[in-house]
Amino acid sequence: MSAEMKSDLIALLKSIAPEVEESGLQADRPLRDQVDLDSMDWLNFLIAVHEHFRVDIPEADYRLLVTLDDLVAYLSRKRTP
Amino acid sequence: MIEFRLPSLGSDMDQGKLLEWHVKPGDAVKRGQIVAVVDTSKAAVDVEIWQEGTIAQLLTQPGETIPVGTVMATLLAAGEVASTMPVTPVPPVAPALGPAQAPAMPGAAPSSVLPALRKPASPAARKRARELDVDIDSVTGTGPHGAITIDDVEKFARSAIAPVPVPAMRTVQSAPAVSVAAARHAEMRKAIAAAMSRSKREIPHYYLSEAVLMRRAVDWLKRENETRPLIERVLMGALQLKAVALTLKRFPELNGYWRDGGFQPSTVIHIGVAISIRQGGLIAPALHDVDCLALPELMRSLADLVKRARAGSLRSSEMSDATVTVTNLGEQGVDTVHGVIYPPQVALIGFGRVAARPWAEDGALRVAPVTIASLAADHRVSDGHRGALFLAALREQLQHPEEL
Amino acid sequence: MKMSYREALREALREAMSADSRVFLMGEDVGRYGGSYAVSKGLLDEFGPDRIRDTPLSELGFVGAGIGAALGGMRPIVEVMTVNFSLLALDQIVNTAALYRHMSAGQFSVPVVIRMASGAGRQIAAQHSHSFENWYASIPGLTVLAPATVDDARGMLGLALADPDPVLIFEHAQLYNLEEELSADKVSEIRSARVRRAGSTVSLITYGGSLPKTMAAAEMLAEEGIDAEVIDLRVLRPLDEATILASVRKCRRAVVIDECWRSGSLAGEIMARIAEQAFYDLDAPLARVCSEEVPMPYARHLEEAALPQPAKIVAAAKAMLGK
Repeated sequence: MSAEMKSDLIALLKSIAPEVEESGLQADRPLRDQVDLDSMDWLNFLIAVHEHFRVDIPEADYRLLVTLDDLVAYLSRKRTP
Repeated sequence: MIEFRLPSLGSDMDQGKLLEWHVKPGDAVKRGQIVAVVDTSKAAVDVEIWQEGTIAQLLTQPGETIPVGTVMATLLAAGEVASTMPVTPVPPVAPALGPAQAPAMPGAAPSSVLPALRKPASPAARKRARELDVDIDSVTGTGPHGAITIDDVEKFARSAIAPVPVPAMRTVQSAPAVSVAAARHAEMRKAIAAAMSRSKREIPHYYLSEAVLMRRAVDWLKRENETRPLIERVLMGALQLKAVALTLKRFPELNGYWRDGGFQPSTVIHIGVAISIRQGGLIAPALHDVDCLALPELMRSLADLVKRARAGSLRSSEMSDATVTVTNLGEQGVDTVHGVIYPPQVALIGFGRVAARPWAEDGALRVAPVTIASLAADHRVSDGHRGALFLAALREQLQHPEEL
Repeated sequence: MKMSYREALREALREAMSADSRVFLMGEDVGRYGGSYAVSKGLLDEFGPDRIRDTPLSELGFVGAGIGAALGGMRPIVEVMTVNFSLLALDQIVNTAALYRHMSAGQFSVPVVIRMASGAGRQIAAQHSHSFENWYASIPGLTVLAPATVDDARGMLGLALADPDPVLIFEHAQLYNLEEELSADKVSEIRSARVRRAGSTVSLITYGGSLPKTMAAAEMLAEEGIDAEVIDLRVLRPLDEATILASVRKCRRAVVIDECWRSGSLAGEIMARIAEQAFYDLDAPLARVCSEEVPMPYARHLEEAALPQPAKIVAAAKAMLGK
């Protein structure tokens, strides 16, 4: 489940930053340290996440979403009622 | 018979490759309608038409590379009857719509005002300028008696593209073949080099900067975004663009073009947004009438502009008619931008990062979000005093985010 | 084989006389004196007084006689000592030689060749230093040649004699001592201009006695990094427009060097044709270097100042480049 979620997330990321390589990403390190994403890219990425996983992401939660692992954990939590 | 010619989509462009037609013979077209997609050295651009009529013949086929000014299609004006004469693509002979004459306001009728004083230019230079869609009056002459030569025109044509150092936004180009991307990158690098060299050679820049307290803007934006669904959230960049546009209304000497030895203020505020390209280089397409856009609308337009820049579908008018440029390097963590003006514009406004800094206020030292706004302006047009007043006004404008 | 311009002309005369018994030379001092520029020296002994004929000092008379001989089936070469004296024969040349084919509805042609020295630079003062190539080059019915190289001096005469209509050959007085290698390929036509030096920045268009000066100017320009192309017109009527225009379209700038006075000069005609046909290719105003509009001075320094010189050509070319 989380592996599938992770690969979906990477696919979404690639739609924003095509140069991303899965093997080069460390899931426990801040994503924006590893990928050149500005605020517009980040917003677009979150919009893509929102549309794909159908979860709402309030701005207040941005601070929780730093690493790929964070995202997976956040999404799992949100989708489990 | 109306001729539709390949317009210049930026003064560094001298040819383009037709990717596709959005119209076919018999179609009625309106002003501002996108009729074709043309690949320039920088991007695939949606080309608009500024005449109305019915498409008679398409003279250029997708895949063909043609010089700027080439007649790509013929149109019949209302009431005109098609002639049966076959027509072939016509290389440029008459002046096509150039960056200089690109309609600042779609639909504005082209005026036929003659320049009061004709700059000396050789016949070959004038002809080449028409082919390259260069406004000859913007070119500096090096020939006999300061006349503009063909070389001057070609150098000028190579030298005009978005300059700005770094971008507020980043676009992702749909990954083209490596060699194409590399070639485009090399071209863009060359164009940037030429434009920036021209800017630094010709424009006497002066630079000012001002620390701006961003607490109100940050707080206001946070509150706003809390209530907005994800897709309607506004970024600080959009807020800054709006603040710049509103402030510029009171400082017309920072918004317009230096042409023909004089300043031409612009009646509209089209902000060139510096967008860096992932593979390197940058492009500064215009957001139109920023001062008139409500913030959510502005944010949508900005997101759309970035998205289309990414998808390679910028419109011809966006490529050529920015009246001022804004660049935001804050995302990369810098404090201050010392910008290079994109000729023939006369000013560039830069923003550094919004960061928590010590801030003296009411006799106490506090920590507050602060950004450094900077202005690079053309000293031929404005002076430091007015520039300083502009930054002060911008600072005040950013203290009232609710007005934006 | 190295040869002087004078020797080349003599060789051409000798060859023409040997090849065709209808050919003869007539003019002032061409026989016993050997020609005032020594072109026909020795030919009297070789061909005898019937074919190397000294004439009285009457240009109107002997040019007319030459035309008559041509009408009668001969192939006369008439030497007019200098262009200055050809003014006395203008009526014969302009009204008779040039027009007979037309006036006779093609029944008569006038296959005469008229040679004359022209130009200044030898301190022979105002009455002996004219350049009127432009006058003759304006007249339909004439072919006007200006050999500026040893090859053309050697090759043009035979081609002129083969022409069924009158041909004028202008030999610039300062070229007679020019020595050059005679090329193995014989000159084969008198219809076109030649690129004497290929270049890309400015076309220097000239003819006759100004060619060596122009070549020198091109070398001086090259030292300053300016790549000049030199066009030798060779044929002043009809003008080889194609070569002129091709060069101008390539270089986009042109200076015409012409020893005629500026007013009404051949340079003016060439500039007009360039402006008519290559206007949109020009990247600078056209320029010309002509003789100053004064009677040619006798004093050497004044004469030099009045004539086109390499330095003036260099200055004109550089001005055109904004330098």
